[in-house]
Amino acid sequence: MKRLPEAQASSIPVTIDGRPFAARAGDSVAATMLAAGVTACRTTPVSGSARGPFCMMGVCFDCLVMIDGRPNQQGCLVPVREGMRIERQSGARIAIDAPQGQP
Amino acid sequence: MARAFDVAVVGGGLVGGAIAYGLARLGRRTALLDEGDLAYRASRGNFGLVWVQGKGQGLAPYGNWTQNAARRWPELARLLHEDSAIDIALEQPGGFHVCLSTAEMESRVTSMTKLLEQADFESYAFEVFDRAALAARVPGIGADVVGATYCALDGHCNPLRLLRALHAAFLKRGGEYLPMHKAERVERGAGGFSIDAGGRAVTAAQVVLTAGLGNAVLGPPLGLRALVRPQRGQVIVLERVRPFLAYPMATIRQTDEGTVLIGDSQEEGGFDESLRTSISAVQADRALRIFPGLRDVRVNRTWTALRVMSPDGFPIYEQSASQPGAFLVTCHSGVTLAGAHAFDLAPRIAAGDLGPDMKPFSAERLNEKAA
Repeated sequence: MKRLPEAQASSIPVTIDGRPFAARAGDSVAATMLAAGVTACRTTPVSGSARGPFCMMGVCFDCLVMIDGRPNQQGCLVPVREGMRIERQSGARIAIDAPQGQP
Repeated sequence: MARAFDVAVVGGGLVGGAIAYGLARLGRRTALLDEGDLAYRASRGNFGLVWVQGKGQGLAPYGNWTQNAARRWPELARLLHEDSAIDIALEQPGGFHVCLSTAEMESRVTSMTKLLEQADFESYAFEVFDRAALAARVPGIGADVVGATYCALDGHCNPLRLLRALHAAFLKRGGEYLPMHKAERVERGAGGFSIDAGGRAVTAAQVVLTAGLGNAVLGPPLGLRALVRPQRGQVIVLERVRPFLAYPMATIRQTDEGTVLIGDSQEEGGFDESLRTSISAVQADRALRIFPGLRDVRVNRTWTALRVMSPDGFPIYEQSASQPGAFLVTCHSGVTLAGAHAFDLAPRIAAGDLGPDMKPFSAERLNEKAA
């Protein structure tokens, strides 16, 4: 995605999946990911299909990401902060570790 | 001009849906009258357990009926899938009732033993798991967990898909679903029963009242009494997490899609459907003592629903003595009993007589107790 010409310079250092990225002050985590070219931020728990930021206003829950180790954060509602660790998530979060498969 | 049917089932929830599906499978021209989504809809608030263990204290035939229903379930799930292509996510791996103190554990084992020792009770195996044995089957249990009882007949399913599958399969089998038909009055007319559903008339040779709390109003003119009251239950819905819980528990289960449900509260409060956070707090606290790993998992939703409760908690299966062809069915286990309702109860209704073995479920037992 392209920035408008009048957009401020990107100067907030964050990491996305461990890679450094300069985010723009005032952007949400979801906007930061789109600016970084990350259009799919997670896969769904049930079918494993890809999802990316869609509504950008807290309604669709498609932009769930891991932020500073906390899973299932709505990226579009969280302002980006310096040093933030943003990670894509794969499937459902893990609450209790269990061997996968039928009992 | 009134629409005419062999049977009119009044109430399109899980109980009415299962009976109507059973009747349609038998080739009866069946109408299923449904109020619509303004109804109290116990069927939409259900926790989704197929549950046997612990049921039937004080009425052995109910324990036996429940066991039979649980055994009917695989066949019901298979036929519903055939008729509706909906997978209701039935799993019957057995279920645990978890105990959080030695006193709870002792009391649980005593009551299970007493239950199974009742005269005429078809006994089943239940197992007592100590903490270590439970931990071997269920990962993540907390330090407060003392043990659990286990019954191999227990299971769970997706109750919303079940309701949808029952309706779809009923249609597939030639039944007629009549939404926005809130029955206001049912009376005996020439050649059968006449139902006034908001100005629209439906007539049928037989009528089955499965209107939940509405049965209390619709029944008496037909000589059918259902002394049912609402009993509130609250459910907490957590976000989806990777599967960790392969067995349903009496108060916690994980759905096939990963959602964790916490349930089983029971409160008397009339028709008040508002949520009490004080009750949610107790439910959440117990759930966290069982699974401390759920502490940071977020709550997505909470809801309340009203169970349809009879005075002694058991189902009522009643046929009218004064008006043959009129039946009343009520219970608060519409999921567990769905197979029995479709395959065992529907044929009796079609035959016009519930038969002597259904006698223990008649509302007469409540008169005796009141006398």
